[in-house]
Amino acid sequence: MSAFLSDTALIFGRYARQTLRSKFQILFGVLMPLLYLLFFGPLLTDLPLGSRGDSWQVLVPGLLLQLGLFGASYSGFAIIIEKQFGVVERMRVTPVSRLALLLGRVLRDAALFVFQAVLLVLAAVAMGLRAPLAGILIGFAFVGVLTVVLASLSYALALLVSKPHEFGPVINAVSMPSMLLSGLMLPMALAPGWLDVLSHFMPFRYLVDAVRAAYVGEYASTAMLYGVLMAAALTLVAVTVGTRVFRRAGA
Amino acid sequence: MAIISTAGLTRTFRTKRGTVEAVRGIDLTVAPGEILGFLGPNGAGKTTTLRMLTTLLPPTGGAATVAGTDLARDPAAVRRKIGYVAQSGGVDPNVSVREELVTQGRLYRLTKPRAEARARELAADLDLSDLLDHKCATLSGGQRRRLDVAMGLMHRPEVLFLDEPTTGLDPGSRADLWALVRRLRDDHGTTVVLTTHYLDEADALCDRLVVIDKGVVVAEGTPSALKLRYGGSIDASLQDTFLAVTGRDLAPEDTAPVAV
Ligand SMILES: Nc1ncnc2c1ncn2[C@@H]1O[C@H](COP(=O)(O)OP(=O)(O)OP(=O)(O)O)[C@@H](O)[C@H]1O
Ligand SMILES: [Mg+2]
Repeated sequence: MSAFLSDTALIFGRYARQTLRSKFQILFGVLMPLLYLLFFGPLLTDLPLGSRGDSWQVLVPGLLLQLGLFGASYSGFAIIIEKQFGVVERMRVTPVSRLALLLGRVLRDAALFVFQAVLLVLAAVAMGLRAPLAGILIGFAFVGVLTVVLASLSYALALLVSKPHEFGPVINAVSMPSMLLSGLMLPMALAPGWLDVLSHFMPFRYLVDAVRAAYVGEYASTAMLYGVLMAAALTLVAVTVGTRVFRRAGA
Repeated sequence: MAIISTAGLTRTFRTKRGTVEAVRGIDLTVAPGEILGFLGPNGAGKTTTLRMLTTLLPPTGGAATVAGTDLARDPAAVRRKIGYVAQSGGVDPNVSVREELVTQGRLYRLTKPRAEARARELAADLDLSDLLDHKCATLSGGQRRRLDVAMGLMHRPEVLFLDEPTTGLDPGSRADLWALVRRLRDDHGTTVVLTTHYLDEADALCDRLVVIDKGVVVAEGTPSALKLRYGGSIDASLQDTFLAVTGRDLAPEDTAPVAV
């Protein structure tokens, strides 16, 4: 167990150092959500959004998860490059824990995107967001969990496909509908019946709804319950899949 | 007691263009402290065999024990005892030489101070001391190859697999690496399995050679025994011997091309 923890810390440290060397990587991810915040957010201020709280309390949770969604699902790109350099095989031939090889990377991603989420929320507060502190912290936790889920799956996919030109299109094809169907930009409460029903099959919807509930202080709501359950289930599945792939594949 | 033994080790790959029988049944025993050389033409299956013995690739048939442990049953125990230097290396160009070496040591569970000390020691052995704080991307081809070798030695493995370790090295560095490999065996009893296309290297460094062709062992023995048997005399060149064994001979007497 302590070998597993120190392995994870070692892998985390290696990739965290690589991230810290690149200001570009640290900041680039916040750019898109920040643009939405600046140029899209103000459009919503006087619209009836069919939910409690003001428009910022609806939009910012969506942007936080957008940040995780688009950032983490592309994490796998880095491992395709590393694989081409032989770094992945070199690590797989050592006794290092396979789960640590995955978790070390994924936790670095989670730390990076939670940091970006903090920047985004600070900007949002400047724009007019007002929300309870506990709710904001819960929002960060969901960003971290979403990152763990998506980055695990992304690394697994990247190890399986191995060619960058096969990886990118798959990620695009998954992330765009995920964003639209989970109601990241506008709540699904506005949707016609069929779309609302469809969006219930999109797991990320439950995470967005939970963060929106947190932002209006509804910590004991069913939205929060479903969000937490969904997050736990997704994490279990994604980490299991990721570890299996790290154990076997990567030829 | 053999430190490596394999029976019918086999690997086929399924590709879009059909199946490739890369390794078609390799039987091998290696004694502790032996320096064994794999020879064979490109595509013979040398790398594939090493990747199976190092747990990277599951065999599609056969069995093997490495360092006293069954490969299929306990790959993690095998990994603890072996070192592997891949044919194309495995360092990240954006990381410094020192950081790669220390990380590698720590992946083998050395403490940080021990990994740092060992990195300095190996850098001195492999003439990399002045490069420790350079990024791997800035190394020359031969310097990078020496780094690859250092990476495989960080944890003083009991069994060391080297896939074409001296490709790209200048003659001086090559001689240094031979001396290092011999020292590992003499001082620490390390067993070494290496592949090479340099027949002078096979001759000078290896106790025993295994010639692999089309996925099977076609000849094995000490360099002199092979020369005697296939080259016709103990003074035959290993080059001629190799050509005779693998049938890549240009014009053997009995099959001289008929004039048109
Ligand atoms: N992942 C793979 N998928 C499909 N075929 C493969 C794969 N790896 C190796 N092969 C095939 O298996 C055969 C043996 O390859 P291998 O790399 O073991 O040869 P080698 O003896 O190391 O050659 P070289 O001297 O050129 O390094 C080759 O025909 C190669 O094309
Ligand atoms: Mg090879």
